[in-house]
Amino acid sequence: MKKSVKDLIILENECLNDDSHKIVFQAPDVDSDILPGQFANVLVKDSQTTFLRRPFSFYDVDVDEKSFSLIIKKVGDGTRKLCSVRPGEELSVIYPLGSGFTTPEKDEKVLLIGGGSGIAPMMLMAKKFAPQTSNIHILLGARSQKDHIVLDEFEKVGNLLLTTEDGSIGEKGYVTNHSIFKEISSFDKIYTCGPNPMMEAIGKIAKDNNIFCEVSLENTMGCGFGVCLCCVTPTQEGNKCVCTDGPVFNINELKW
Amino acid sequence: MVKLAVNIDKIQLKNPVLTASGTFGYGKEFEDFIDLDRLGGYIVKGTTLHPRQGNDYPRMAETPAGMLNAVGLQNKGVDYFIDSIYPELTKYNSHMIVNLSGSTVEDYVIAAEKLNELEHMPAIELNISCPNVKEGGMAFGVSCAGAESVVKAVREVYKKTLIVKLSPNVTDVTEIARAVEAAGADSVSLINTLLGMAVDAEKRKPILSTVTGGLSGPAVKPVALRMVWQVFNAVKVPVIGIGGIMNATDAIEFMLAGATAVELGTANFIDPAVTVKVVEGIEDYMKRHSIDDVNDLIGALEV
Repeated sequence: MKKSVKDLIILENECLNDDSHKIVFQAPDVDSDILPGQFANVLVKDSQTTFLRRPFSFYDVDVDEKSFSLIIKKVGDGTRKLCSVRPGEELSVIYPLGSGFTTPEKDEKVLLIGGGSGIAPMMLMAKKFAPQTSNIHILLGARSQKDHIVLDEFEKVGNLLLTTEDGSIGEKGYVTNHSIFKEISSFDKIYTCGPNPMMEAIGKIAKDNNIFCEVSLENTMGCGFGVCLCCVTPTQEGNKCVCTDGPVFNINELKW
Repeated sequence: MVKLAVNIDKIQLKNPVLTASGTFGYGKEFEDFIDLDRLGGYIVKGTTLHPRQGNDYPRMAETPAGMLNAVGLQNKGVDYFIDSIYPELTKYNSHMIVNLSGSTVEDYVIAAEKLNELEHMPAIELNISCPNVKEGGMAFGVSCAGAESVVKAVREVYKKTLIVKLSPNVTDVTEIARAVEAAGADSVSLINTLLGMAVDAEKRKPILSTVTGGLSGPAVKPVALRMVWQVFNAVKVPVIGIGGIMNATDAIEFMLAGATAVELGTANFIDPAVTVKVVEGIEDYMKRHSIDDVNDLIGALEV
């Protein structure tokens, strides 16, 4: 579908925990072309500090209801303002942007790994491909139980595995300490989004075991559609824009 | 019908709205958002004789009402532009202008000679003001002798409209403007970004990999307006105003201060459809003020 910049009506703003909200946008033109990993770039109104738009991966896209939802974590003034938006109000959004994750083949065994805000594209990934394979495992990592959000929704779409750094829910440690990695060679594909150190560690395991692995990078962006050249990451073919050549990259493309 | 056309040297622009180099890619990135033919013209990204990888990430820092960038002229070189980009762009009827940068006078001259051969490109904008590359442009643009040497050399080989983009990082911008006019520039555009810096207090580190970078956005608008006004009063060639223009009112302010045309830069990042909105907004302003010809706005500031 074509990229566009539009004022979209907010349908819902659900508080998930102290930090995060799920915000549902009415988007009359959404279609099934939107891929997991693609993102929307949202304008913040009336912020002294937030001048540029803020990018968020699609968490869910509902083609029948003509809506999509984003998960927004309060980090600074801009995201705090976005989280205080009320249903009926409008926000300016540029969408859909970036590249998506590669579609897994039918019946491939897939591991989705999300950390922090990186859980968002994993939901769309799981929902989109759940019908064609029963072999989706979803591993989510967080600091503590209170930082794990939307677990009930994830439970519906795959085999859910959890870690916390303090051991308050799931296995204790980082996602890469989870026992599923003992059987990692049984997986065909790994998809991940989260903090860079987490994705680098996962990428290394994937490489060592010769498993296909895609990561979604979160570099700071200026425009989101490939013209400012600010969000670049070094690749085997030189600097590439995370916003248009990515945010999804195969680990073999990166200089990790 | 109001008359929106303006002239920069031999080129007639259908309206005064251009895009600033480095904020508009090669133009085609905006195809989903706007009809490029609605613009007076579009200035494509800074091109150099040889390909450049640009500076390391992080290259950008958000600042109050603006941003710092230190992209460092990442581009695939002038030959790539001519062979792979230019042919695709000739389908638009808006004027295409390339921004040309270099690290030596010779580099500028060789690239300008190549660009002179492009039938559908009526002008180049000479970047002697990039703050993010060592010996890259700004070194030329901050002294009269440096500016004069590169403009003179390019003027000898480039026969079409030569616009020179000026740096604000100087003591007296009018001296540089006069020097490039005397060296043969057909027009001057200003301002390029203001040299600035951002610091991460928690990490005790600069945010940009290059420590310093170029500031753009509404934060620089008052400085840009002042410089456009000064240069308008110092030279005879048409002035193109750049610096934090976000809407039609901003554009009109620059025209009143002496700009014949304007370039929209950072605003494209916030709203990729802003350029067409500015064209429409200028038209609305003229109707409200019963102005038939946009040229009547140029330098019409009542002081």
